[in-house]
Amino acid sequence: MPTVAPIDLDDHCLAAAFLDDVPVFALASGQVVRLDHGSQRHDLHDGLLATAVSWDGKSLVTGGEDGKVMRLGADGTETTLREPTRKWVSAVAAGPQGAVAFADGRTATVLLADGTQRSFEEARTIEGLAFAPKGLRLAMARYNGVSLVFVQGSAPALDFDWKGAHNQVTFSPDGRFLVTAMQENALHGWKLDGKPGGEQRHMRMTGYPAKIKSLSWSNKGKWLASSGAPSAIVWPFSGKDGPMGKAPLELGQRADTMVTCVACHPAEDLVAIGFGDGMVLAVRIADAKEALLRRPGKGPVTAMAWNRPGRLLAFGSQAGDCGVIDIAG
Amino acid sequence: MSEAPVSSPVAPIPVTVLTGYLGAGKTTLLNRILSEPHGKRYAVIVNEFGEIGIDNDLIVESDEEIYEMNNGCVCCTVRGDLIRVVEGLMRRPGRFDAIIVETTGLADPVPVAQTFFMDDDVRAKTRLDAVVALVDARHLPARLKDSREAEDQIAFADVVILNKTDLVSPEELEAVERTVRAINPSARIHRTERAAVALDAVLDRGAFDLSRALENDPHFLDHDHPDHACGPDCDHDHHHHDHAHDHHGHGHDHHDHHDHAAPSDIHDLTIQSVSLRAGPVNPQRFFPWIEKITQLEGPNILRLKGIIAFDGDDDRYVIQGVHMIVEGDHQRPWKEGEKRESRIVFIGRDLDREKLKRTFLACQA
Repeated sequence: MPTVAPIDLDDHCLAAAFLDDVPVFALASGQVVRLDHGSQRHDLHDGLLATAVSWDGKSLVTGGEDGKVMRLGADGTETTLREPTRKWVSAVAAGPQGAVAFADGRTATVLLADGTQRSFEEARTIEGLAFAPKGLRLAMARYNGVSLVFVQGSAPALDFDWKGAHNQVTFSPDGRFLVTAMQENALHGWKLDGKPGGEQRHMRMTGYPAKIKSLSWSNKGKWLASSGAPSAIVWPFSGKDGPMGKAPLELGQRADTMVTCVACHPAEDLVAIGFGDGMVLAVRIADAKEALLRRPGKGPVTAMAWNRPGRLLAFGSQAGDCGVIDIAG
Repeated sequence: MSEAPVSSPVAPIPVTVLTGYLGAGKTTLLNRILSEPHGKRYAVIVNEFGEIGIDNDLIVESDEEIYEMNNGCVCCTVRGDLIRVVEGLMRRPGRFDAIIVETTGLADPVPVAQTFFMDDDVRAKTRLDAVVALVDARHLPARLKDSREAEDQIAFADVVILNKTDLVSPEELEAVERTVRAINPSARIHRTERAAVALDAVLDRGAFDLSRALENDPHFLDHDHPDHACGPDCDHDHHHHDHAHDHHGHGHDHHDHHDHAAPSDIHDLTIQSVSLRAGPVNPQRFFPWIEKITQLEGPNILRLKGIIAFDGDDDRYVIQGVHMIVEGDHQRPWKEGEKRESRIVFIGRDLDREKLKRTFLACQA
């Protein structure tokens, strides 16, 4: 039986993560709480807006209303990556070789581990950032599509166009697909392995009753799970053309609330599903078998993360009732 | 479209939108709102920090970002930056009591207002309180000649602050006010110097709140009443439940007068308003009618507001709209002696007055 170790943080939890094996909860106030021999509190920002876990899993990168970009290490070390400004840092991403990217307004800035810094200007506000799994490439979600740039060198940006506002962007773990969440209750995807200069291959994933706030790729990228409906909408990406012409799975359907957060297990084809009433289910993708991980709580689940071995699941809610679930009990 | 997935436990935060041309006095008004001791805390979303001289942690700079919704409707636009900023602000409630959005001088107020209706998350946590337009009494005639935005801002407003009245003669002021009235017959007008308007005339108006909007505005469509524009010393609180009766009587006398619609005799106006009256209407005819009108004419309709008497219904029905978005609700029972009539005003461009009138009258029971 799963057991839940609760922690009440009394603030909107924006992100949960494991740094090494230390659970951390990032709160809207700008405080990040580390559960390392008691709860260690780090006041990183005046108002937190965005977070990303570094690729080595050892630090959390954060951006805030104060214009700062910070890095918090598993051991509690705080590093200022960018000093305060008056513009909100509304997106951050972590990349290969310790690279970090952040966006404020129409500018994205990449910081490399060696201290090099490079900025990219867009015509419209950059709403989402993601590094490609291979090569030092950065995708920037914006109005009417995504710009994909090479951080080094002088190759021009590649534009992936699709009408509408794109709020979030993610690469499939194998780098074959680029997917965005849009303002209008839909996902949009592009196939990246087409011929250079060839026609862009689009994937439209629509039919959601609400905006999609949470996306998670399964281990090896066979599936993409998403929130925004009464069940977790899980699209198949194992075929050559991704989900085109295929129906998604609908897992963990509830009648009276919506899925607000999803997190795929790091090893198994299993997805943790968080709901608007605070309930958390684990659902196996193969047979849709459900296990209750947490009963409803005080607020919608807004953040979830598995530890590397996939035994612990950290979760947070809009109301601040957070915790760590041990699925093996 | 379904309801927002998560209902917010806290009361929705009121949002006031401040529009007005460069130099009309927006910054002056904003500084007053932020510095006067009214005991309320405001979060302010501005395009540029500019000259706001007040140190306030809750002034957020935001690049105006207009998003067309991907639904094939050209008038379905929202402000993407507002969605993001409001979402961020609302994650930390308790820091402020209300939000003020200051737009740039050239801004189109429509996407700002529509954001509060079209985005489910924003809608779940906030409510649009009123759109306030500041107008420079001296420069308005020139502004109307060279820009469509100045006209749009007035047309779209719930409250118009006719500012810098000390810089014009009484005759010029009359003329400017007539112009404003011709563009927007349903806005409340306040005459001010240095934006010195009572703040409760601007904030917490509930102009988009169907149950309050018309209760606050018993003069609805009676706006050529000479008392209606309020000077800086105006102390009547516009609640007037008791006065409503008299003014109502007035409305009848002015019946013909109301029927005159713009495009007015005033030069340089492209916006017109069509004010209509009818007896009690049949809901089975009225709802398909308003739906069809807003679908077909939506792009031309900036605002619509109405009080509708349904045949055999003891409650007044109030309705308002922005382009294709229409909302309506029962407001309160008709008072004894109150004439059960239906009134509706359309403000927009290229409106077919005759057709609107004919088809509206055809809804009568």
